[in-house]
Amino acid sequence: MAVILSNQDLNSELARNDHNRKLYRLECCPKSPEEAVGPMNKERPVYLSLTQFHFPVPAIASIFHRITGMALFVGIAYLLWLLDLALDSESGFAEAGAVLDNPLAKLVLWGVLVMLLYHILAGVKHLMMDFHIGDSFEAASRSAYVVYFLTVVLAVATGVWIW
Amino acid sequence: MVTNVTSLTRSGLSDFLVQRISAVIMALYTFVVLGFFVANPALSHATLSGFFASTPMLLFSTAMVFSTAAHAWIGMWTIGTDYIRDHYFGRHSTAFRMVYQAGCLILIFVYVVWALQLFWSL
Repeated sequence: MAVILSNQDLNSELARNDHNRKLYRLECCPKSPEEAVGPMNKERPVYLSLTQFHFPVPAIASIFHRITGMALFVGIAYLLWLLDLALDSESGFAEAGAVLDNPLAKLVLWGVLVMLLYHILAGVKHLMMDFHIGDSFEAASRSAYVVYFLTVVLAVATGVWIW
Repeated sequence: MVTNVTSLTRSGLSDFLVQRISAVIMALYTFVVLGFFVANPALSHATLSGFFASTPMLLFSTAMVFSTAAHAWIGMWTIGTDYIRDHYFGRHSTAFRMVYQAGCLILIFVYVVWALQLFWSL
């Protein structure tokens, strides 16, 4: 992952954004004059070619926010299970510790926590944008890189903490 | 056509607000709980249960449970109505979405009962 906060990086983002706009016009606009002047079709098909469409950085940050949100909806069961075990009794506490001696269990815990941290960081970004803080395209791209960067830093810190 | 009958508050505007208020509660809770674990490397069962059994944490955990339920409901509803529609799933997409939504609600129900029982029996 390239964490570049330069203007050049943003310029190329803007250029690709233009490319999207052209692609969108190409695919969405009427192909013939008949189509253009005909009665408006209320059931117009949506021609967004997801494979050709270039998603700008803030859009990708937002998609990851959704994916991590969905994964956390399931992953929270793991955290709740571990907490339930650890709070149950002295022997349950020891058992939870024994579960986390397993490298795979550690990896899953790390994964869930990293997704949680990303979801929170991207959530803070989105909450700030709700208040119109950094909601221009340039600022939203920059803050997306900041979210990625902080996630990597916290992911490493979480890994050091768990292992 | 997507109807709004399965959203949490049946109003996009209040769903929007509930989503964000619950998010702040959950972020603060995560910060406090992770902070507790980081601050207590040699943790014992007594310290852990003492922490979660304290009245402030019991109230905070309860707020966390209800926030998670609302946040997950709204989030999963948003994802469901965005992707499980005719364009991707064919003309039976509404039926698929209802099944998906029911699955989400069952899981949310399990989480709420499980977590409340866990925290309030401390």
